[in-house]
Amino acid sequence: MKLIRPLLVSFGALTLITGAAYPAVVTGLARMAFPWKSQGSLIRVQGQVRGSRLIAQATEDPRYFWCRPSSTSTFPTNAAASGGSTLAGSNPELAALVARRVQVLRTSDPGNRAPIPQDLVTASASGLDPDISPDAARWQAPRIARVRGLAEGDVLGLVNAHLERRLAGPPCVNVLELNLALESLGKAGE
Amino acid sequence: MSPLLVILFLSLLAVCFLLGRPLGEYLGDVLEREPVPSARFLSILERRIYHLMGIEAGDRMDWRQYLGAVLAFNLVGFLFLLALLRLQQHLPLNPQGFGPMSWPLAFNTAMSFVTNTNWQAYSGETALSYLSQALGLTVQNFLSAATGIAVMAAVARGIRRRKATNLGSFWVDLVRVTLYVLLPLAVIFALFLVSQGVVQTWMPSVQALWLAPAAAGAPTHQVIALGPAASQIAIKMLGTNGGGFFGVNGAHPFENPTALSNLVQIVSILLLPAACCFTFGKLVRDRRQGWALFLAMSILLALGTGLAGWAEHRAVPALTQPGVVQTAGSLEGKEVRFGSESSVVWSTATTAASNGSVNAQHDAMAPLAGLSQMVLMQIGEVAFGGVGSGLYGMLIFVIIAVFVSGLMVGRTPEYLGKKVEAFDMKMAALVVLIPSVAVLVGTAATVMHGQVGQWISNPGPHGFSQILYAWSSAANNNGSAFAGLSADNTFLNIGLGIAMLLGRFAPIGAVLALAGSLASKKRTPPGPGTLPTHSLFFIGVLVGIVLLVGALTFLPALAVGPLAEHFAAF
Repeated sequence: MKLIRPLLVSFGALTLITGAAYPAVVTGLARMAFPWKSQGSLIRVQGQVRGSRLIAQATEDPRYFWCRPSSTSTFPTNAAASGGSTLAGSNPELAALVARRVQVLRTSDPGNRAPIPQDLVTASASGLDPDISPDAARWQAPRIARVRGLAEGDVLGLVNAHLERRLAGPPCVNVLELNLALESLGKAGE
Repeated sequence: MSPLLVILFLSLLAVCFLLGRPLGEYLGDVLEREPVPSARFLSILERRIYHLMGIEAGDRMDWRQYLGAVLAFNLVGFLFLLALLRLQQHLPLNPQGFGPMSWPLAFNTAMSFVTNTNWQAYSGETALSYLSQALGLTVQNFLSAATGIAVMAAVARGIRRRKATNLGSFWVDLVRVTLYVLLPLAVIFALFLVSQGVVQTWMPSVQALWLAPAAAGAPTHQVIALGPAASQIAIKMLGTNGGGFFGVNGAHPFENPTALSNLVQIVSILLLPAACCFTFGKLVRDRRQGWALFLAMSILLALGTGLAGWAEHRAVPALTQPGVVQTAGSLEGKEVRFGSESSVVWSTATTAASNGSVNAQHDAMAPLAGLSQMVLMQIGEVAFGGVGSGLYGMLIFVIIAVFVSGLMVGRTPEYLGKKVEAFDMKMAALVVLIPSVAVLVGTAATVMHGQVGQWISNPGPHGFSQILYAWSSAANNNGSAFAGLSADNTFLNIGLGIAMLLGRFAPIGAVLALAGSLASKKRTPPGPGTLPTHSLFFIGVLVGIVLLVGALTFLPALAVGPLAEHFAAF
């Protein structure tokens, strides 16, 4: 039975169909149906790209909401090289890291005695987790209100306005969108 | 274990059954060369391809020819992918200007995708051009899945036919499965993924000006990697491939953006492997056999998920610190939008089904959750398993179960009217033994390697688990990882590459030889002493045999790794 011709033709044809035509068709349809999402859900402010709705941006500035700890390489929330935490629960390094994260959060808001929600002291799976739990956002509200000179109720109101409740998963708050809204809240109050 | 986990798991099984049964019937029609309702251009395309190949739709092959075609086709795929990964710097669609992969890493990656393992010792967004992802990896995601289904069909034909040699034509099976099943499913699924926020673009990475002042050590802009991800992720999930477009796989917000995309992706892990049960029942003209396999696989997955869910729901000692809210389970290495429960269900579905994608870091999970994931791989990827390969893997255990039962009552064992004799048992034993030997020998060799201390990221028993997990994953063609292991070194690249090769093609050779042997036999009509292989009793025996073989082989290794870690911590 012949082998070479069916072998090469089938491989060539199926490679073109699944490796070239298929991604091209999906790209075309995706662009038509979901132009914003297919390009990365980018957030633009005055024409300038300031981030993606789906990608966290780490900051240490107390005026903004902080996202979850990130273990991407060289700096947190490096969106060019995703990387998650691989520390086992039994690893003493993890206990030390968590203690340090607690310390940083306590220092950022010494008056806040409320217990810290777990997602603020554990590193995410992607290093780019765009969300925090509603509790984690509320925990940060006193600090932000104090530093920005806003009423705590206004900041909490903002958090509630950005709460996403989904049938398919736990409730969460998108940190980048929350921070964007915070900027305009600050301006309105000036 | 939380009630949410139970609800999630039971609905997952229910959806896989409701969608898997009609899909399995349809897949059966495709493999039986029945005309299928589909777009007309697909059947025109099919005939064109046959014409160019110089074959007829009614061609037939015996088991040696079938195996030869499988091996030759996969060899060509391997060489093509290897060349692409080595030459990507000279080729178009490389906007980030990535250089070639090193030889050991390219060998490992090409082997990984050809064998449906999709182990990744590289990170997609820092190593691969868009061309390598689409024309290289996406293609193998399709073709390795189609290969698995084709081999399953050949085995089913061997069981059904009597005094025959014809197992069908690999070329026809390959082309029909790709065009009529994988391609339409992937297009629909890819568009769903984009609707949730998965990226699909050929544009280079974007530079975003940080909204808030950046963290210490960060550059002025956040560089956000993009790419044609949705098209690749769709088939990565459906074809039990599991190799992510981005480094962190299904945890990356661009691969799995919402809670809904997460649930649908969990279904997509099990959909085709579940459908294969019903396809098999149709192909051997005894649908009860498909039901029995589906039930046995569901029981194994339920056991694994139950154990992992129970372990993961306990408080983690490292997080039990003053001032931190105490919640059940840990979010270390998990994403907020998925939560703990769906990450557990994903982790067992992906290891049971030979998918290997992850939506959380398995490394950071509880020791016994890790044990559950490892065992699901070590039993040979038979709790649903890879598309096609999970089904023929489970058939091997069916034959072993029939044999053991036959020995107990002193009768010649038979399966679906075919006598199981010495040659058949030898082939079955090879399928079980070869991957197991690769796991244990590979783990032992790695532990003795001088540099192993630099490759593991956790001390003590968990470090050993990282190594055992890697070899279990490679030799059983799963591809998931305890990601803390640094696997991009010559020893592991070559070693794991060889384990993937053995774990894929040695069983394929053995099951096709077995199919040839069964096809040549006459069919004995069932008598009063025949053991029915669809009864609840037999399903129990089958599950018992799978667990027994796994336990006998791997218990000592598991005792040194996850069991030791568990008993030290709790």
